[in-house]
Amino acid sequence: MSTEQLTQFDIDRTRGDFRYDVKHEFDAGTGLTHDTIDYIVDVKGEPDWLREWRHKALDIFLAKPMPTHWASKDLENIVFGNIRYYLAGGQKASRSWEDVPDDMKRTFERLGIPEQERKYLAGVEAQFDSEAVYSNIKKAVGEQGVIFVGSTDGLKEYPEIFRKWFGKVIPTGDNKFSALNSAVFSGGSFIYVPPGVKVKHPLQAYFRINAENFGQFERTLIIADEGSEVMYMEGCTAPKFETATLHSAVVELVALKGAKIQYVTVQNWSANVFNLVTKRAIAHEEAEVKWIDCNIGSRLTMKYPGVVLKGRKARGEVVSIALANDGQHQDTGAKMIHAADETTSNIVSKSISIGKGRATYRGLVHVPKHLKGCRNNTECDALLINSTSRTDTYPAITVRGTGNACQHEASVSQISAEQIFYMQQRGLTEAQAMSLSVNGFVNDLVRQFPMEYSVELKRLIDLEMEGSVG
Amino acid sequence: MNSLSIQNLHVRIGEKEIIRGLTLDIPKGEVHAVMGPNGSGKSTLSKAIGGHPDYTVTEGDVVLDGESILGLEPDERARKGLFLAFQYPMEIPGVSNANFLRAALNARQPDGEEIEATDFYAKLYEEMDELDIRREFTARAVNEGFSGGEKKRNEILQMAILRPKYAILDETDSGLDIDALKVVSAGVNAQRGPATGMLVITHYQRLLEYIVPDVVHVMVGGRIVRTGPKELALELEEKGYDFIKDELAEPVPA
Repeated sequence: MSTEQLTQFDIDRTRGDFRYDVKHEFDAGTGLTHDTIDYIVDVKGEPDWLREWRHKALDIFLAKPMPTHWASKDLENIVFGNIRYYLAGGQKASRSWEDVPDDMKRTFERLGIPEQERKYLAGVEAQFDSEAVYSNIKKAVGEQGVIFVGSTDGLKEYPEIFRKWFGKVIPTGDNKFSALNSAVFSGGSFIYVPPGVKVKHPLQAYFRINAENFGQFERTLIIADEGSEVMYMEGCTAPKFETATLHSAVVELVALKGAKIQYVTVQNWSANVFNLVTKRAIAHEEAEVKWIDCNIGSRLTMKYPGVVLKGRKARGEVVSIALANDGQHQDTGAKMIHAADETTSNIVSKSISIGKGRATYRGLVHVPKHLKGCRNNTECDALLINSTSRTDTYPAITVRGTGNACQHEASVSQISAEQIFYMQQRGLTEAQAMSLSVNGFVNDLVRQFPMEYSVELKRLIDLEMEGSVG
Repeated sequence: MNSLSIQNLHVRIGEKEIIRGLTLDIPKGEVHAVMGPNGSGKSTLSKAIGGHPDYTVTEGDVVLDGESILGLEPDERARKGLFLAFQYPMEIPGVSNANFLRAALNARQPDGEEIEATDFYAKLYEEMDELDIRREFTARAVNEGFSGGEKKRNEILQMAILRPKYAILDETDSGLDIDALKVVSAGVNAQRGPATGMLVITHYQRLLEYIVPDVVHVMVGGRIVRTGPKELALELEEKGYDFIKDELAEPVPA
C-alpha cells in the first residue's frame, strides 16, 4: 500500500479525530465542588429549585462509592478533580447554521450533520462540549405541536411538562453517575410529542466533545404522549487526547398509553473516553419502547438501557451491538422490569471482541410473582476474533409466578483461521474477510436500523477491522 | 510463461514434511489430474499453493505466469488468478452468497470502483442456471446448512463467476452422488478453454470419466512418481496404487 493511501485511510478511520481550537467564554474550571454548581446555575440562569436539586445530587454523588465491587476497576482511574465540568460559548442555540460560530460550524460540517439534516431528518440538535449550538426542527413538525429543544430551554420554557417527568424515570441516586449527571448536567434534548402525533422522520442529536480534560453530561428527556410515535437518533464523537475524557449522560423516556418511542444510538468515541451512561424508559399501557444501541470505541463503556413496563401489554425491546477493540471494554446489556400483566420484553445483544478487547453482557429481567401473562426473550451472542479476546455474560433473570415465560439463549463463536483463509482465497484481504464475517454476525440486527445508520455502522465496522489486522 | 509451475516444492506442517520435492507444470488450456492414495499429500499441495498460513514452504517455488507467488498473501494469489475449489468449503454465517461473490469481485476492481449490481446479477443468474441452482440461493448464507452437493456446486459457481486463470479442484467428487457429480463436472467442463489451466485432485478415477484430463500424475509420499496420458487413471483403478509403490526403486513411507 502506498503512503498516499495510508494517509487517506488515517483520515477516514478517525473521522471524528480532529479538533479546531475553540475559546469558551464560560468555563467552570477544573474540579468539582458546590461552587462549580453555583457557577453553572448562574451562567445558565436556572431557577432556585434546580440549584437546590443539583446541590443535593452532588452530595449523593460524593457519598456514593464507585461500583467496583461488580464493575471494572478501571473506574478508579477517573480523576474527578482533573475534569472540567462546564464549557460553553454563552450563546443560545441557533436555529440556523449561519449563526453558529465558525469553528463549531466547521466541526459539524466535517461530521456531515447539516447534510444529513437536509436529507432525512425532521430535526437536529448539535451539542458542542457543554451546550447545544444548533437546534432546529422542520416547520411542519413544529406546527404539529412537537417540541424539540435543549434541556435548559425545555425546563425554562415548558416547566409544567418538564418538571412532571424530570428525574422520575431515573432518580438522582440510581447510581453514582446518574447523581453526577444530575449535579452538573447541561445540554441534551427535551422532546414532547403531543397525543396522536406520529413524527415521520427521525429527530437527531449529535454530541461532540472538543475540549481536553472535559466531561460531557447531557440530559435528555423524551415524552411521547398517548398514541404518538417518535424516533430519536444520537451520534457521538470526540478527538483523541492523551488524557481521559468523561461522558456521562442520563436519558429518560416516557411512553404514555399506546405511544411508541425508538431510540437509536451509534456512538464512535475515541479510545480515551469513559462512557458511563444511564438510560431508562417507562412504558405505560400498550406502549412500546425500543432501544437500538451500537457501542463502538471508548475506553470503558457501561450502559444498560432499560424499560420499566408499567402498564398492561406494554412492550420493551433492547437491540444492542458492541464492538470491543484492543484496549477497550464494552460493558453493556439491558434491564427489563415487568410491572404489569401481559407485558413483553425482548433483548438481543451481540458483541464482538477484537485483539485484547473485552465485551461484557449484563442483563437484568425481573418479573414479580403476582403478574400474569408476561414474556421475556433474551438472546446474547458473542463473537471472538482472536484467542486473546474476552467475553463474559452475566444474565440475572428472575421470573416468578405461574403463567409467565422466559427464554434465554447465549452463544460464543470465533472466526476460524480456516474461514479467513477461505475468504482470502476468493480475493478478499484479511481485513475485508474479518469485516465481512463481523457484518454477517450482526447482519440480522443491522437490518432493523434506519438505513442511513446501518450504512454508517457497516462503515465503522470496516474501519475498526482495517485497524485491527497487521 | 503461460503456466502454473510448481518447482521442487517442499512443504511442512509443523515439523513434518508432507510435500517432498514435487514438480508439476500446468499450462493454460490443459487439465491435469493428480491422483494418489490417502496421505500422499494431495490436499496439502492445494493449501500450500493457496498460501494457507499453517503450511510452510521450505524449498522450491510456485510460479504463476512467470511470477513467483510464494511471497504473496493468499488474497493476492487469488487476485493473480488462482482459485481453489475446497474439499470442505467453509460456512460464513450471516453473509449471503450474493454479497460474498460481489465482495470477491469488487476486490478485483481498481481502487474505489465497484461492479454494477445489474450486471452482477445477470451474470450470477446465468451461471446459476448452468449449475441448476435455484434463485433463493443468492440470499442464503455462504454454505450454511448446505448439503455436500450444494457446497460443491457453490464452489464451481464461484469459480465460474471469478474466472480464474488456474483452478485447483481438491477432491471435488467427495460426497457427491452420481447426479450431483454430473452437474458439477458439466460446470467444470464449461469452464475449460485456452485461457484456463486446471489441476484436478482426486482419489478415484470416477471423476475423470466426467472431467477427462489431458495429463494424469500419480502422487505418492509427497512426490509425483508417474506421469502419463489419461489412460493411466484407468490402469490405477484396475491395479490399485500398490503397483506403483511396488515399482518404485526406493520404498516410500505412507
